[in-house]
Amino acid sequence: MSFDAIPKFKEKAYQIAPELLGAGKTKHPFVIVGSGPVGLTCALELGLKGHDVTIVTAFDFIPHGSKAICFSKQTLDIFDRLGVGQRMVDKGVTWNVGKLFWRDHEDPVFQFDMLPIKEQKNPGFINLQQYYVEDFLIDALEQMDNVDIRWGHAVKEIHIRGEETTLTIETRDGDYPMATRYVLACDGHRSTIRQAMRLDFEGRIFEDNFLIADIKFTGEDALRRPSERWFWFDPPFCPGGTALLHKQPDNVWRLDFQLGWNIDRDAAIRPEKVEPYIKGMLGEDVVFEKEWYSVYTFQCRRMERFVHGPVIFAGDSAHLVSPFGARGANGGLSDAENIAWKLDLVLKGQADASLIESYNYERVMGADENILNSSRATDFMTPKNKASLAFRDGVLELASEYEFARPLINSGRLSKPTPYYDSPLSTPDRDEWINGPAPGHPCVDALVMDNTCCTWVLGALGNSFKLLHFGNNPPNTSMEIISVPTTGLAAERYDAVDGGTYLIRPDQVVAARWKNASKSDVTAAHKKALGFS
Amino acid sequence: MKLNTKPNIRDHDNIYDMITDLHHNMTDDESMKANAKLVLLLANHIGDSAIIKEAIDIASQFGK
Ligand SMILES: Cc1cc2nc3c(=O)[nH]c(=O)nc-3n(C[C@H](O)[C@H](O)[C@H](O)COP(=O)(O)OP(=O)(O)OC[C@H]3O[C@@H](n4cnc5c(N)ncnc54)[C@H](O)[C@@H]3O)c2cc1C
Repeated sequence: MSFDAIPKFKEKAYQIAPELLGAGKTKHPFVIVGSGPVGLTCALELGLKGHDVTIVTAFDFIPHGSKAICFSKQTLDIFDRLGVGQRMVDKGVTWNVGKLFWRDHEDPVFQFDMLPIKEQKNPGFINLQQYYVEDFLIDALEQMDNVDIRWGHAVKEIHIRGEETTLTIETRDGDYPMATRYVLACDGHRSTIRQAMRLDFEGRIFEDNFLIADIKFTGEDALRRPSERWFWFDPPFCPGGTALLHKQPDNVWRLDFQLGWNIDRDAAIRPEKVEPYIKGMLGEDVVFEKEWYSVYTFQCRRMERFVHGPVIFAGDSAHLVSPFGARGANGGLSDAENIAWKLDLVLKGQADASLIESYNYERVMGADENILNSSRATDFMTPKNKASLAFRDGVLELASEYEFARPLINSGRLSKPTPYYDSPLSTPDRDEWINGPAPGHPCVDALVMDNTCCTWVLGALGNSFKLLHFGNNPPNTSMEIISVPTTGLAAERYDAVDGGTYLIRPDQVVAARWKNASKSDVTAAHKKALGFS
Repeated sequence: MKLNTKPNIRDHDNIYDMITDLHHNMTDDESMKANAKLVLLLANHIGDSAIIKEAIDIASQFGK
């Protein structure tokens, strides 16, 4: 395989497979395929939990170019648990405010806040180039003795026979087989594994083209611009289309312009074609250098199932969304988070193998929500017919004066964690709760103060099963307990000012909760959350 | 609550007039947009997606 056309951020060293030198493991418990954000996150989580991790990846580099830039609060929470969150936040550009503009109106028609619940450790979003995310994850992985990243090792074929799966790995020194119990197929939207297994990938293809100009400001202009997300409908510099402006680290800005269909994609990225758009958005006198220009189209589709026997699909290999809403990588990282703890406990013999199937249930639900949201955003931005256009423009005309219309404006509903309704792992509520995260919902953060120190709830929960107890008479179980006072923000956010106990999964999703938990309540709910029926 | 499909407005001729008059001197495109705004304003006032869904189902029933 040749990847000459892909720009490179960092080269990585290919090494000949030990198998080709007569050594190598005979059978792996699992193999991770792909070194995108999803594969790397699975690897770090499983590596930190003590497993021997092997990643095979077709690339022998970290790709550069224009891919994900917006990483959500939930993603940062996951990265915190893996010890890489702070580095991402430090390097990233933090933003919470989004502004929507229409035509040539100077003032935004609407403005929104990405972190409606304040006082949480992480910001609503950061912007950080995907190659930094990958680089930081790789740095953490490279420090671990139990992780083997095989750069330039591509899966070519897969053979499944009962409990034994064999991957044929192709390298520049020849092919070799790799036997494994499980395969985590994080091999991106063109997934070799999905294709080799002849699996479906259904959905909608949108025939629209978007121009991305990542540029670096070299004048003084950059310093004056706020780190907000600016979005235009039908601006004078891109009539009939949409446009987006977003800040990234290193003074790089992402500009995105909707070009419509039937365009010459090669011509569209020539500097003389791109620059009028840039100047239209930022003014004639803007001083900049080109980072990367590209044109992309997108699709909204997913596999019917993400679990096929021993092969588990995660990230773009399993589902694709439009970029509006930043749900691609963020959604994929929720997959990683969901499968990693399950595989960990199944491999350690602490959970039932059926736990893997619950990944299918929960993440198909997550993917559907992401696809629904990103398809709706796309339909708002590119109305399908005259009537939809009339509604879209009607909303935008009403919005500046009438408040009710503002939330209808859809420039992408930015990624939020999906609740897992009716998850087979959840124990339904027995008590009346007014609010707080219900079973299947992600935990909310809050700072907990006591005389000596203060801790974030999410930080204290970590990535193993915990009981989050409000009050001072926790049920008498062997499970690790995080005790929180019944006064303060955390108790309010968990609807537990009168006490209460939450059983929290390793991915910080609520498994069960009680106003008054007994030991047997906790034991039964824990068993259920481990897939034992 | 359920969508009320019994006569519910006393000055029906007047309301009908107001709604059609809205389109006086409008091009088809302008009319379509005005109708869209009207639907959205009323839908927001009703505020109950079950009722709105009932209305949509009825609206989509007859000859296209
Ligand atoms: C313009 C653009 C903007 C985007 N913006 C955002 C955003 O702001 N936020 C967001 O969340 N998402 C965004 N996305 C989506 C995001 O980039 C993807 O969802 C993300 O890269 C998916 O990660 P992944 O790990 O699943 O796959 P990929 O990143 O595609 O990685 C696939 C990996 O598989 C490996 N591989 C492929 N074939 C084989 C093989 N046969 N054998 C071994 N290895 C193989 C490759 O080497 C690679 O390492 C954007 C995408 C685009 C195009």
